[in-house]
Amino acid sequence: MASISEIFETMEYGPAPEAARPALDWIAEHGGGPGHWINGKWTRPAGGEWFDSVNPASGKALAKVAQGSARDVNAAVRAARAAQAEWAALGGHGRARHLYALARQVQKHSRLFAVMESLDNGKPIRESRDIDIPLVARHFYHHAGWAQLMETELAGMAPLGVVGQIIPWNFPLLMLSWKIAPALAMGNTVVLKPAEFTSLTALLFAEIAGEAGLPPGVINVVTGDGRTGELLVKHDDVDKIAFTGSTDVGRLIRVATAGSGKRLSLELGGKSPFIVFEDADLDSVVEGVVDAIWFNQGQVCCAGSRILVQEGVAERLVHKLRARMEMLRVGNPLDKAVDIGAIIAPVQLEKISQLVQQGRDEGATIWQPSWSCPTEGYFFPPTLFTDVAPSATVAQVEIFGPVVVLMTFRTPAEAVELANNTRYGLAASVWTESVNLALDIAPKLAAGTVWVNCTNVFDAAAGFGGYRESGFGREGGREGLMEYVKPSWEDGRTGRREGRKAVGKAGRRDGGKNSKDGSVPSSRLPDFPPIDRTAKLYVGGKQVRPDGGYSDPVFDVAGRQVGEVSRGNRKDIRNAVEAAHKARGWAEGTAHNRAQVLYYIAENLAERAEEFAGRLAGSREDGKAGSPEVDASIRRLYTWAAWADKWDGHVHRTPYRNVTLAMPEPLGVIGIECAEEAPLLGFVSTMAPAIAMGNRVILLPSERWPLAATDLYQVLETSDVPGGVVNIITGPHAELRPVLAAHDDVDGMWQFGSAEGAEEVERLSAGNMKRTWVSYGRPRDWFDGMQGEGTEFLEHATQVKNIWVPYGE
Amino acid sequence: MTHLPAGATARPDPHLPVHPRNPGMPLELDWVQSVRVNRSAVERRAASLGARRTVKKQWQAAWLLRAVTLMDLTTLSGDDTPGRVRRLCAKGRAPVRPDLLEALGATALPIRVAAICVYHAMVETAVDALAGSGIPVAAVSTGFPAGLSPFEQRRDEITASVGAGAEEIDVVITRAHVLTGNWQALYDEVRAFREACGDAHIKTILATGELGTLRNVARASLVCMMAGADFIKTSTGKEGVNATLPVGLVMVRQIREYLDRTGYRVGFKPAGGIRSAKDSLTWLGMMKEELGDAWLRPELFRLGASSLLTDIERQLEYFVTGRYSADYRHPLG
Repeated sequence: MASISEIFETMEYGPAPEAARPALDWIAEHGGGPGHWINGKWTRPAGGEWFDSVNPASGKALAKVAQGSARDVNAAVRAARAAQAEWAALGGHGRARHLYALARQVQKHSRLFAVMESLDNGKPIRESRDIDIPLVARHFYHHAGWAQLMETELAGMAPLGVVGQIIPWNFPLLMLSWKIAPALAMGNTVVLKPAEFTSLTALLFAEIAGEAGLPPGVINVVTGDGRTGELLVKHDDVDKIAFTGSTDVGRLIRVATAGSGKRLSLELGGKSPFIVFEDADLDSVVEGVVDAIWFNQGQVCCAGSRILVQEGVAERLVHKLRARMEMLRVGNPLDKAVDIGAIIAPVQLEKISQLVQQGRDEGATIWQPSWSCPTEGYFFPPTLFTDVAPSATVAQVEIFGPVVVLMTFRTPAEAVELANNTRYGLAASVWTESVNLALDIAPKLAAGTVWVNCTNVFDAAAGFGGYRESGFGREGGREGLMEYVKPSWEDGRTGRREGRKAVGKAGRRDGGKNSKDGSVPSSRLPDFPPIDRTAKLYVGGKQVRPDGGYSDPVFDVAGRQVGEVSRGNRKDIRNAVEAAHKARGWAEGTAHNRAQVLYYIAENLAERAEEFAGRLAGSREDGKAGSPEVDASIRRLYTWAAWADKWDGHVHRTPYRNVTLAMPEPLGVIGIECAEEAPLLGFVSTMAPAIAMGNRVILLPSERWPLAATDLYQVLETSDVPGGVVNIITGPHAELRPVLAAHDDVDGMWQFGSAEGAEEVERLSAGNMKRTWVSYGRPRDWFDGMQGEGTEFLEHATQVKNIWVPYGE
Repeated sequence: MTHLPAGATARPDPHLPVHPRNPGMPLELDWVQSVRVNRSAVERRAASLGARRTVKKQWQAAWLLRAVTLMDLTTLSGDDTPGRVRRLCAKGRAPVRPDLLEALGATALPIRVAAICVYHAMVETAVDALAGSGIPVAAVSTGFPAGLSPFEQRRDEITASVGAGAEEIDVVITRAHVLTGNWQALYDEVRAFREACGDAHIKTILATGELGTLRNVARASLVCMMAGADFIKTSTGKEGVNATLPVGLVMVRQIREYLDRTGYRVGFKPAGGIRSAKDSLTWLGMMKEELGDAWLRPELFRLGASSLLTDIERQLEYFVTGRYSADYRHPLG
């Protein structure tokens, strides 16, 4: 042991350990591992199978964890289902009281949680104590408020029911809170499966929640490995799956739940850019890199793992970074003066080591500090790669370790191009002292969160979630609540089970209140010749012949041929998607302009209302003219024109000196399979909100009655709709739908049709994890105000980007 | 310079080079203008400094002893008298009770404060009182604390203090030069002060609480170093806001930048508001992390303080006895 005299000279740091005893005592008091928490009770695994939870700092077993079997999962789901109605009926205020109590409990036991987390996960106690646990408490407080406000602020919304939640090992308790707090606030009950490496804080939380009086069954924790997760994902009586983890597993879940009617939100991997402009405060940038990639051992989905630095300052930044890395301290996670703790498990350490070796092999320059890591436990030193090409494996692959790559750029445009040169889109960080530059770059980045001059900052009031293959759905903020509610009108006839029975019955409905007025007597209908004209496809603002060169006849209800329609094929879809991407300017223009164009479409449609009414008459069983549908379509265009410049974002009240801008951004290019019923209204009702928000669309109009849609392209042509914004491909949906759904450059897919089609869309969307919105074969009353023009259309037409802008000179 | 007591047995650290005194350099305005400071990011780093590092047990005791030797023990009051200053000097010679030093196994260590800091009028008294101790006297000069008396008077005050035996001169800069961006005037002023100091070391007090922005703090730090400052110092202790960690962080980063570009090490002195032992450890931690161990020596780091010492003594006694201490158990300074 060093003497005071010696330390006085060397001025070294000594050990500063946090006591592990209280957490170890809890484990011991629970027999080394308590089992599952089901219906408010500890439950031993039905299969009798247990495995070890290992302390990654020592490699030694910490506790035994139950392996969840089908019987365990069934029991948990049953308990959650049994508790749900009463939990929802408790009302917002009642649930708010419970959530508030949970927040208080977390605070009261904060150190026990922090120590348990660091023991089980290997993260430094500074982080679990100062970051994870305070954020957990904050999440419950914030969502207690949302529970209180649900009836007023989310009027017309209902809980989903039972939610299955699967969380990762990197922020065990924090991810639990991100999942549980909004679910409970909105009246759902949950079955949570923690990661097999890190189950302990979830179990501790469940017990403490029970002590705080949370009703049995509201929260159930079933532990286990991926098999348990799969059981939950595939369980028939779960209404939603919320998953945080790797993109590979997220993709499996997307496929596994396709067509089941389960809602899905996925928060997946990332390779987030960290962009440094030449006018940045470079010393602060260095600390930013520490927060970006040496936080939680780099095992962070939104870790800033790709430094993009303007060439002129790259050398200085590298010099400063290397000096800073030398000062980082790796070691015992319970030591209060340690920056980097232990890697979660040997398998992860091995993966990191392999990728780093690959980085060397591919010719990048590696730099690691001169000191060495502890040899007991699983540790990896902070690592910086320079001379890295965008094509290098280490620049492409999510390493999920303390490894960062550095590349240079010349101009802001090149920075954006490099930043977006990835399948992921979780987060980005931008460093500059120029507000002009920061606010120019932030909207151009394909990422759900953009941090300006900061990184890895989180709060319950701000949404967090991905673009692209980083998943979909948001956690936190008003936007996060949408993942746990549905429109009340869907209640009792959700896609799950009920919806499946409705397959194929999706005939046209007799309209709502709008249909009662204004039927046009048939005597006034224009007299159509048997065959008038052959409708073409509409791609890139032009009427084009179908690639295949085939047309199909269209018949009216009486079986008379009323026209011919082009039979589109996969190449037509391809061309339409390309045209849609070229029309990017539509999103960059003003919302005012988009509103004007939509009003203009309405105006021109009104001009030809009679002609359209006649066209629609052929699709009506009653033979009446389609005036009500035309009228409703004109109204609808007005609605979405009105919304175009009113779907505002928010400035979230995050507890920092900053503005957190929640900006709804268009998805990009959306494929839409229109409803068979209401051939004009169903078309307009989906096209209009999508383009109002700045999306470009490829629509598959009603297969049986496509002529109203193809007539409409003449209206579009006269209404200043820029080429490529709306593309119409007629033809058999069964051929066209899968091409759109699988297209890797389509950002979203809406489907209003058969249950089989819904399953196909959800399954095929897994390729690029495009956002999907499907009807599961459930009919929708397009004339109804809630069903036909609710704000859910806008929710699905946009994704929220949160931009954090700290200020202060 | 004779910062270390003459009779000290401290071994010179073989790893530490002798620091050549910063000669200054021509004013480089492009460099000054290019300085960027992001306040929010600086505050975040400053907030995490104390949370990322801590020292416990004998490490804490050793660090606290080190803090004592880095202290510019200060009295700067209108009611200072020779008697008061002599008492302070006596405390500076023996800042920690001998029985505590013995219990700490630190009797062989040179536990004395780094300097005694007084007004010009008290320099001679202090020099007398410290004779033979090796502890230098630091004088606050140049119209302290506002620094707005006529330039010649301020320069002459330095000459007088040096003549009276002060080995270190803490000067205040003209804040107006910073607030109006007149870097040339600031440079010329500090350059002139430095010349007036001769062999005495010059600490330039930025009065950061009156500079408005951290960017101004950074630029003023840089200009002072270019003009030949041996130390840059945060505050007079008389501003509304004195030494804060964000300000300190900005200044030490400029010291690092100056070292990188010129090869010269400049010292740092936070002053004002540092009252607790824990605070002093955080400042030491920041120096170690941002600049390295060389800045944990009195040649390059000072803590300007008056009441800090008492808290450190109490913490040392707690370490020795395991009982929380009371201030009256430690001799007054």
